[in-house]
Amino acid sequence: MKRNVAIIGGGQTYHAARRHDVDQAEMVNEAVRKALLDAQMTMDEIDLVLLGNMEFFEGVHMSDCWLVHGTGAYGKEGLKITTGGTVGATTVCAGAHHVASGLFDRVLCIGFEKQEEGDTGAILSGVAHPLWGRSLAGAAVGYFAMMASSYMAAWGATEEHSAMVAVKARQNARKNPYAHLKLDITIQDALNSRMLAWPIRMLDMCPASNGACAMILADEKTAKSRCRKPVWIRAMETAHNEQFELDWRDVKTKRPIFSKVCAERLYRKLGVVNPVDYFDVFEIYEPATWAELIWYENLGLCAPGEGFRLIEQGKTEIGGPIPVNPSGGVLSTNCIGASAMLRVWEAALQIREEAGEHQVSKPVRRALTTGYGGTNWTVMTALSRTLDD
Amino acid sequence: METKTEYQPFEVDQHLTARGNYWAGKAGSRFFVSIRDKKKLLGSPCKTCNKVFWPPRSICTFCFGELKEMVEIGPLGTVETFTVVAYAEPIHPRPAPFIYAVIRLDGADTGMAHFLDEVEIDQVRIGMRVKPVFATERKGNILDIRYFKPL
Repeated sequence: MKRNVAIIGGGQTYHAARRHDVDQAEMVNEAVRKALLDAQMTMDEIDLVLLGNMEFFEGVHMSDCWLVHGTGAYGKEGLKITTGGTVGATTVCAGAHHVASGLFDRVLCIGFEKQEEGDTGAILSGVAHPLWGRSLAGAAVGYFAMMASSYMAAWGATEEHSAMVAVKARQNARKNPYAHLKLDITIQDALNSRMLAWPIRMLDMCPASNGACAMILADEKTAKSRCRKPVWIRAMETAHNEQFELDWRDVKTKRPIFSKVCAERLYRKLGVVNPVDYFDVFEIYEPATWAELIWYENLGLCAPGEGFRLIEQGKTEIGGPIPVNPSGGVLSTNCIGASAMLRVWEAALQIREEAGEHQVSKPVRRALTTGYGGTNWTVMTALSRTLDD
Repeated sequence: METKTEYQPFEVDQHLTARGNYWAGKAGSRFFVSIRDKKKLLGSPCKTCNKVFWPPRSICTFCFGELKEMVEIGPLGTVETFTVVAYAEPIHPRPAPFIYAVIRLDGADTGMAHFLDEVEIDQVRIGMRVKPVFATERKGNILDIRYFKPL
């Protein structure tokens, strides 16, 4: 990067299915004030505001204008970003690029969603192709269901394995005061939960959450003079697939699909030989349990076909050697516009050793985060504790 | 210019219908309950900026301060600018012709668009004093004010 970029502060709201007490601007404002407080900064010091959410999810266009009193962007430079599920990570990525370019020194990035206020199922069908897909579309479950049945058929994984992911996520969420689904569930509970679309059950899917996350990015000079524990953004990478490339659901495909390509490019940039040795914690975007198992493989945390063995052996637990989503992840909290940003912020908290009860057991110097969105888009961000890491 | 094609261009019909339900928040909730139950209009004062906002809000747009108090404003106001909508569209809230005016309520420093009615179009002028006509059955909606009319 042209200039080094650090996360110098951040904050999130408590995430929940209902936030009847606030409007969208007030909810966004909660996260912004927490981020400013964390960075020991005033709104006057911010020179760019980037706002991200899922396009039209609340049935509101130009949310950067309507929410301006909440974001603090009045009279400042700023823009709105909408890249679907990845938007929180894209917003951080855009913020980092703005700082790295040398044009801005202190950038406020915000991601939010107030899912209860919009017709999110209807709007999500707008993600499907209007000619070929929309008449058949119905939210996101089916997508993951087809990926999951391919995974089971290819590698012999069972419903018990996805249930293990469901339990890990919600038990981790119980250690995270901000998480939405803090469920004390067992594998049997997950297996008994309502079938949505084979083999995806209710507890295999993420919830619809309301919430916001905000982060402040700064250049090296500002970060070193103003921040006690800057977390450095070391590399970012984005990759897409096309909606009708069906073989992304064939988990045995040899083709370079988005998540593998993106990880490979990022690892090459950083000189990563083995991601399991290189990174100490992973915060990944898993809207469904099965997606987590497949991402393990795509990220190179294990060989193809061995993702379900990782969860079986407990390796990705908070106390395990490859902790994945100690925060509870998207399976426990999905305020979509904030979800991918929460991955980055939660990873930053791990590096700062300020994650509280869900701080992983091992020391954390480096973290990898991912965003995921339809139709098969990922944004990955690598963080480190120092510029020497 | 008409483009000639060797095929018959085909159009695919698709519709998206989406509902929305919006929680009005700290200032908005108090505003809507007050208009519904008492026909009283509330604005949000910012002491730092010496401004009163209408529509109300709980954060000052200018200084980012938190606004916790609300004050009664109006109900009388002044036309700041207006237009006459002469064409009809299905999306329009009223049949044409109708008058849109930006009205600044007494005690407020900002104006908001609403309808103007019970007035001859050629009698409308900037600076005209107006008052709200409230709906008989109020639901907690900005259309609990049906329209404004001259004093």
